[in-house]
Amino acid sequence: MKAIVRVLLACTVLMTGALVAQAEPRKVSPAETAAIETSEIWAKVRAQLFGQRKIDPNTDSLIEFNVPARADDAAIVPVSLRTRMTATPERFISKLYLIIDKNPSPISAVFSFTPESGRADIETRVRVEQYTPIRAIAELNTGELYMAARFIKASGGCSAPAGKDAEAALATVGKMRLRVDPEVRFNEPNLVQLMVSHPNTSGLSMDQVSRLYAPAYYVRSVAVSYGGKPVFSADVDFSISENPHFRFYFLPQAPGELKAEVIDTRDKSFVTRLAVGERSASATTATDAR
Amino acid sequence: MFGKRLPPPAVLVLAALACVCAATARANDDRAAPLAMQEVAAGIYVHAGAHEEPAEANRGDVANIGFIVGERCVAVIDTGASLAIGQALRAAVRAVTPLTVCFVINTHVHPDHILGNAAFRDDHPAFVGHAKLPAAMAAKGPIYQRALVREIGSAAEGSDLIAPGQTVVERSELDLGGRVLELRAWKTAHTDNDLTVFDRATGTLWLSDLLFAERIPVLDGSIRGWLAAIDELSALPARHVVPGHGSLNLPWPQALAPQHAYLAMLAADIRRALADGQTLARTVETAAATERGKWLLFDIYNRRNAAAAFAELEWE
Repeated sequence: MKAIVRVLLACTVLMTGALVAQAEPRKVSPAETAAIETSEIWAKVRAQLFGQRKIDPNTDSLIEFNVPARADDAAIVPVSLRTRMTATPERFISKLYLIIDKNPSPISAVFSFTPESGRADIETRVRVEQYTPIRAIAELNTGELYMAARFIKASGGCSAPAGKDAEAALATVGKMRLRVDPEVRFNEPNLVQLMVSHPNTSGLSMDQVSRLYAPAYYVRSVAVSYGGKPVFSADVDFSISENPHFRFYFLPQAPGELKAEVIDTRDKSFVTRLAVGERSASATTATDAR
Repeated sequence: MFGKRLPPPAVLVLAALACVCAATARANDDRAAPLAMQEVAAGIYVHAGAHEEPAEANRGDVANIGFIVGERCVAVIDTGASLAIGQALRAAVRAVTPLTVCFVINTHVHPDHILGNAAFRDDHPAFVGHAKLPAAMAAKGPIYQRALVREIGSAAEGSDLIAPGQTVVERSELDLGGRVLELRAWKTAHTDNDLTVFDRATGTLWLSDLLFAERIPVLDGSIRGWLAAIDELSALPARHVVPGHGSLNLPWPQALAPQHAYLAMLAADIRRALADGQTLARTVETAAATERGKWLLFDIYNRRNAAAAFAELEWE
């Protein structure tokens, strides 16, 4: 009986949760706060990445960190970071670190920005292995560090961080799509969307018949430049979902070429280019540069 | 032959041991109350699972599972979300026939259908599944087992994965003695490892999760693939169909219509959002929202389906 009540309660909470999700920012429960603050994995990662440097937990004036409270699909969890500060050449966000404490590889992504980025915003999709704290640390060019932390519940049922169609994922490796808004606005930040077809697998699963581990195969770096100057780069791993997807900004001052290069763990390099003029189209390429 | 070479006392000891073992085995079975079964066609028994998520109260009894009885032996089709449900299914087999279980067919990787496999381990059946099932079990199995513990607690104990020893690439047949089952491995649809079973004798098509009724379909493969599979399925002649979730007396092929309507609406809404440059996070809030009143468990799965479909359709 108790269990039934609990299920009903859980369903009600789920449903009302879905209804109010848009309206107000969700509250973090005391247990979740404790998990965020006492995480042993975070203590290790923090020491490794930042040593004894001070990290300011008050990031609200600086960045907005959007993560769903519950991963609808644990294989494709959208996360976004939007900057609230106005970047100047003297003070801008140079790096954003994305840490998912309980994933097999907690340091999921390190994104780098430059003044040519215009805005240090990033949107991507990650895998979530289990209930875990997830955090974003912003590093300014001045050396200041700020952290935003959330808690994410992986979905139950048949939701799993692995992909949906292993064979299909391998068939089109390296195919890329690079898009900007057709009406480019010069001297303003413009949104870029980069999609990479790649299985991005961890290699942590063992075939139940052959008893062999699948080899790890994932994208490890992304570098985007405009007119030869870097605008965005990312060091990533298999915490990023299959078919890695990034939305970020660049600040064009004149027509030029936007170039994206992706390198995976087999040292394959994939390049796509997009001419940015008064009207820009999207570029799709399936060529392997090496 | 074996007994003749042993002195009589040893035979007695062995016989006594055999009795003890048999008694223990029976005692194990007796602990499980048999699942309620419905004989949907001659020799085809199906248990209708609840339209719920696995929880302590239902022990994971949330999917349609069952068995088909031949003249020589029995084929079990799916085993439930836990060892406990698998044992209850085994008890149901024993209540119907003394024949052995020679096959355990897993229709796809989802935990509510296969985590009861271990209940049949001692029957030494051939475990049968789609050629892509072993890889899917490897990639997702440990996550499923952890989720089950979270959902049903200690009742999850012993709910092990058992990989298929016999796999199907396209089509295959299983002979139960006087009864042949036609197995068909599908291209990626509900999952990338969907298997259907057709019983020629009664014209029964066991679709498992390629067909959802009443409860919202769950997309864990390819929305385009599933819509294509629905077209192909609708042309198959069947006198009875068994959905993975839903009623057992559905009209065929009309039973496919609500599921087709839902998936088609989801795809159309997402294609529109993609054309507008909308993000995944925003799209899951609205896609197929007008279907809400038509399905059970809608709020648990619709957003998730939308996320999966979005990630697929953005590559069109």
